[in-house]
Amino acid sequence: MEEKDRLLQKLKEEFPAAVTEAGGFPAEDVVRVEREALPRLAELLQQKPFDCAMLLDLTCVDYLQSESCLEMVYTFFSLSRNHKLRVKARLPENDLHIGTLTALWKNAEWLEREVFDMFGVRFDGHPNLRRILMYDGFEGHPLRKSYPLRRQQPRLPLKK
Amino acid sequence: MGVKDSGPAGRRSKPGEGGFLTTRFNHILGWARKFSLFHYPYVTACCGMEYMSTACAHFDLDRFGMGWTRFSPRQSDMLLVVGTITHKLAPVLKTVYDQMTEPKWVVAFGACAVSGGIYDNYAVLQGIDAIIPVDVYIPGCPPRPETVLDALLKLQEKIQKQEQDWRWKKKTGSSRS
Repeated sequence: MEEKDRLLQKLKEEFPAAVTEAGGFPAEDVVRVEREALPRLAELLQQKPFDCAMLLDLTCVDYLQSESCLEMVYTFFSLSRNHKLRVKARLPENDLHIGTLTALWKNAEWLEREVFDMFGVRFDGHPNLRRILMYDGFEGHPLRKSYPLRRQQPRLPLKK
Repeated sequence: MGVKDSGPAGRRSKPGEGGFLTTRFNHILGWARKFSLFHYPYVTACCGMEYMSTACAHFDLDRFGMGWTRFSPRQSDMLLVVGTITHKLAPVLKTVYDQMTEPKWVVAFGACAVSGGIYDNYAVLQGIDAIIPVDVYIPGCPPRPETVLDALLKLQEKIQKQEQDWRWKKKTGSSRS
């Protein structure tokens, strides 16, 4: 058994509810967890032997229309093992929130603000959860599929 | 001026003969203004590369009397809006335009400034003419420097022909001179 498979096995023991998918090229394994388990899982991933020193990215996928949920996607990277791990957690439509990772990775602060801005996910415990890309007074969350493609919210009165 | 051959007596004098020439004030003001365009590059996107190419030695805007780049809107006559303008940025562009002193001209440089370009979405202003008046539109994504030069020559033509405004115009009450 390869080392990464052993580590996935270990993860599975810690989180029995987690579903793991064997990774495709280049070694990106996917772990699906309940959202309540995410902060604890992230903490574990940061420590040895997982040693994920970097949070590469944190984003969101809109499945509201087809499956009534949003899916958070976290990509962790271990420098020492040269290995990526993707963690996914689903958020039900009527309750869009998940724990923050700002205490573990500093860059999660802006990434989470972006997801809040674009998708409207609330991050419990985030120190400064406000819009990062759109301006004050902007209504709605533009990357949701329900946001009209051409709906503009100008800040100045437009001619024509 | 200083024509040596004055020709036979009684012939109608040519322009410039006798050490002076006649013109209209409006015309000479237009001539002066079109060859002393100080430009303010408002560069937000990839069109900036084409602007740099146009402005620098290879294509050389200086040949046409507009080589003087000012980085303060208060000292410039021509606002080059180069690149995508988002709704978030629109109030800033409006402020820059308002800070420029008269007379002033605006060039929409590239598809994004003209119409929003490929960005037909929630974030991008669909053409800067929705917030400020535009004199010349340059199509292209991005436009080649030749296109830019062509547009700027057209702007010069426009400046030459337009009704000039000057500060004592109101006092004298004349619209043409």
